[in-house]
Amino acid sequence: MRGRSLAGRKLVDTLVRIASALAALLGLCVLGWILYVILSRGIGAINWEFFTELPAPPGMNGGGLANAIVGTLLITLLASLIGIPLGLLAGIYLAEFGGRSRLAESIRFCSNLLMGTPSIIVGVFVYGLIVVPLGDFSAWAGAIALAIIMLPVVARTTEEMLSLVPNSLREAALGLGTPRWRTTLQILFKAAGSGLVTGILLAVARVSGETAPLLFTALNSPFWFESLNEPIGNLTVTIFNYAMSPYADWQAKAWGASLLITLGVLGATLLARTTLWLRRK
Amino acid sequence: MRTDRRIDWDPLFRSLTLGGGLVLMLVVVAIFWELWQGSQLSLQKFGWSFLFTETWDPVSETFGAASTIYGTLLSTCIAMVLAVPLSLAIALFLVELAPPRLAAAVGAGIELLAAIPSIIYGMWGLFVFAPFMAEKVQPLLAKIPGPFFTGPPMGIGMLSAGIILALMILPFITSVTRDIFRMVPAVVKESAYGMGSTTWEVTRKVTIPYGIQGIVGACFLGLGRAIGETMAVTFVIGNRHEISASLFAAGNSIASTLANEFTEASEEIYLSSLVELGLVLFGLTLLLQLLAQWWLKRTRRRMGGGL
Repeated sequence: MRGRSLAGRKLVDTLVRIASALAALLGLCVLGWILYVILSRGIGAINWEFFTELPAPPGMNGGGLANAIVGTLLITLLASLIGIPLGLLAGIYLAEFGGRSRLAESIRFCSNLLMGTPSIIVGVFVYGLIVVPLGDFSAWAGAIALAIIMLPVVARTTEEMLSLVPNSLREAALGLGTPRWRTTLQILFKAAGSGLVTGILLAVARVSGETAPLLFTALNSPFWFESLNEPIGNLTVTIFNYAMSPYADWQAKAWGASLLITLGVLGATLLARTTLWLRRK
Repeated sequence: MRTDRRIDWDPLFRSLTLGGGLVLMLVVVAIFWELWQGSQLSLQKFGWSFLFTETWDPVSETFGAASTIYGTLLSTCIAMVLAVPLSLAIALFLVELAPPRLAAAVGAGIELLAAIPSIIYGMWGLFVFAPFMAEKVQPLLAKIPGPFFTGPPMGIGMLSAGIILALMILPFITSVTRDIFRMVPAVVKESAYGMGSTTWEVTRKVTIPYGIQGIVGACFLGLGRAIGETMAVTFVIGNRHEISASLFAAGNSIASTLANEFTEASEEIYLSSLVELGLVLFGLTLLLQLLAQWWLKRTRRRMGGGL
């Protein structure tokens, strides 16, 4: 190119190559660093009591996070029960009925907006919508907040996966007189099956590690829950509270909880990604 | 003639799916409505001055968003300045330099960074990264003259928050940029190689200009994520309602203020001011999303699908 020496150009090229390899290495190192820290600091806190006992009072050692573990599972389950069916329905509408109509485009647009809405805003919203009128923080409020976060993710994956199914399959089924609902639920879902499942798994994994929307909805609690209409213990808010506390034992428990959450979320993500990857092959 | 006595479920099915879609729309409208309603008190009391007042004093019930908006924008800025070049470099490595198998493995690793929950970044940031910054990095930076790197090296503060945000948005920008780099037709690149260009020259003069629209779109998406990120920032930003030129200083972002103070707000005007902060944040992300979507649509038209 413009009269620069060949050696100079090659030098720049080599430098850029080295820099970009270093950048990739840096990314991997950070991943390794975080995983190493969580593993090495968290493993010590994990024992039998951790899974079976309630938290000890502030400043006292011992106890566990049994209620928070169950709470996180329960909130995630409830959120999935609300968010997944709604998301599936919206995705089906977008892929099968909506097409390029103005209504479908508006729904797509809103789904993108909701996807980009910070999760803490969803927390504030559900606080005003549910917590204030009902007068108390509750498992339901937490689950609804997480469901709202799942909704656009599931809807988009469903639309994408359904639109990957070849049209000839739809035409064949409809041509045989199969009703539309049956075509979609039995034939198209079967064809798009593993993609849908992995997409949903990714959405569930993502919300199970969420903290911000739970801060003002499910809150937290050191006790077993008695109904879904009261504050409920959960791992992520517990991590937040314990990590900020001055007690060494609580901080250790926060690392244990971090290890548990990270294993869960990373495990589900890896599982989902490998299935997707195997399917593509 | 055989009469078909089966009920036709299709209209019901169609309405049900439409219902799912409408719920989605309704949620977006309801979020805006709820935030708008909730911030009425504060809107009426402070008006526009809310946005420009630095004081945040629950005791005298005077609230202004300036310091939190400043913190949100500054931490996001730091994150973008660090994450964009890094992401481009990693994408370049994945597409042009690494052998396919290595690229797949490294790419998967980078994407795993996106799967780590934000609160984990927070824990790691507070207990591991902040001390590392305080002991190793900040004393070095402090030697640079100027107002940006002054004050005690506490580890926590704007700079640390920005760096952690950069790590969190890195995988998003990288994966979109990688896909864009891959979409550049081989012929275009080969013709440049054929003229004797080096890999860097091809990237700078062919690949990046070709995909610039998509790359900018990816940056918008990363920006949108960084601006609303809560837990990681809350742990390391320091939670102080003051504007300071130094990047070492503790600050506050909108999201971290909400996370820290929302359940403590006992007076109505306090709560209302916090909700108005939420409204400002929602407005900011909405604006970014609109920009990003408009931009990506343009790009998609130009690059012909696949994005």
